[in-house]
Amino acid sequence: MTLEFLEQAKLGDRRSLARMLSALENGTLHIKDALDAIGETSEPRNGQWQTLAITGAPGVGKSCLLDGLLRHWAQLGIRVAVLAVDPSSPRTGGALLGDRVRMTVVDDVELNDLIYLRSVATRKASGSVPVIVEDMTKLLLALGWQRVIIETVGAGQSEVRCAAIADRIVVVEGPARGDGIQAEKAGLLELADAVLVNKSDLPGAELHADEIRESFELGIGNKPPVLLTSAVQHTGVSQAADLLLTLASSGRSERARW
Amino acid sequence: MSEPWRIVVAKPGLDGHDRGAKVVARALRDAGNEVIYTGLRRSAQQIVDTVRDEDARFLGLSSLSGAHEHLFPRVCELLKQQGLNDVIVFGGGIIPLGDREPLYACGIRAIFGPGTPTSEILEFVDKATQLENTGVGQESDWHWTSSA
Repeated sequence: MTLEFLEQAKLGDRRSLARMLSALENGTLHIKDALDAIGETSEPRNGQWQTLAITGAPGVGKSCLLDGLLRHWAQLGIRVAVLAVDPSSPRTGGALLGDRVRMTVVDDVELNDLIYLRSVATRKASGSVPVIVEDMTKLLLALGWQRVIIETVGAGQSEVRCAAIADRIVVVEGPARGDGIQAEKAGLLELADAVLVNKSDLPGAELHADEIRESFELGIGNKPPVLLTSAVQHTGVSQAADLLLTLASSGRSERARW
Repeated sequence: MSEPWRIVVAKPGLDGHDRGAKVVARALRDAGNEVIYTGLRRSAQQIVDTVRDEDARFLGLSSLSGAHEHLFPRVCELLKQQGLNDVIVFGGGIIPLGDREPLYACGIRAIFGPGTPTSEILEFVDKATQLENTGVGQESDWHWTSSA
């Protein structure tokens, strides 16, 4: 039965795909068995990333921005799967998964064949990305999705777990998120392969972008690009999408794979 | 504990009132379920695509605009067309008693009006998963008798 679902999923049947991802989540399917059954392992192609994590503090606009990025990528004909992670209640285990509210691109009949969006609850995992997301990512790649985007739970300064899963990390920031000292602190920003300062239509965005750039200047090694975007006004989003598509590793996230 | 149910709560059509949907979503969340909220003004097709992609066991439809007679059956029809026969569908909002029988006939297993205690919706969820053939496209005459 599982084999049948996997074959259907590979042929593009979304229901079978959704069921197999649930089976991974619920522990009734093991990724190794699934990959053996599909008969393919995903190998990184010519240095391009296959998995990208989008992370940042709650409310900086990760979902809205991702909606714009997805639209651009889909218009280029790229098949993208998204795992949008939201927190489970530590008290009841329940979750309200609300990322779809912002993702209008999945409602676009011209593009939605190219985009698969799945909401994922953290369940019993702590941190901004549950471990199971790594298996879900592997399955999606093996089933022919070209790129997988992991949108993390709104993350604080030290939520660096996504570095262990994703090839590249994009940190979304917003205006007025503290002074230059905040940008100097250790943690999430250290792992960024690119930084998008969203809400550039609001005051303080350019200043904050400058502070982050300055902070990168003080360090050694590659300096990740820092871009200004406004998801609501659609400015800078296409440029960011183009840049991210061929984004090179800053070498920063590898260092976190301890 | 067993795995949580995945439940899509959706607002079909041109209806901007989602307090009820949010209250229901919150009650289902607090009962330990994973609730996927679609946001406002979704078409029947968009809702069915969401149920499919999210592998939802339940779909809750909320309507306060009077368009339930058109939109709810359309959603049920599309679910069946796509082979999502085992998804359990329930509805709520401003749905007069006289309008409910045809909706049950489409495979909707409960309609909850204003004043329904949220505990009753949770009881329905439990009951619907205990019984067999409660999916929208499955043969069953059963539906929940709601208090409001």
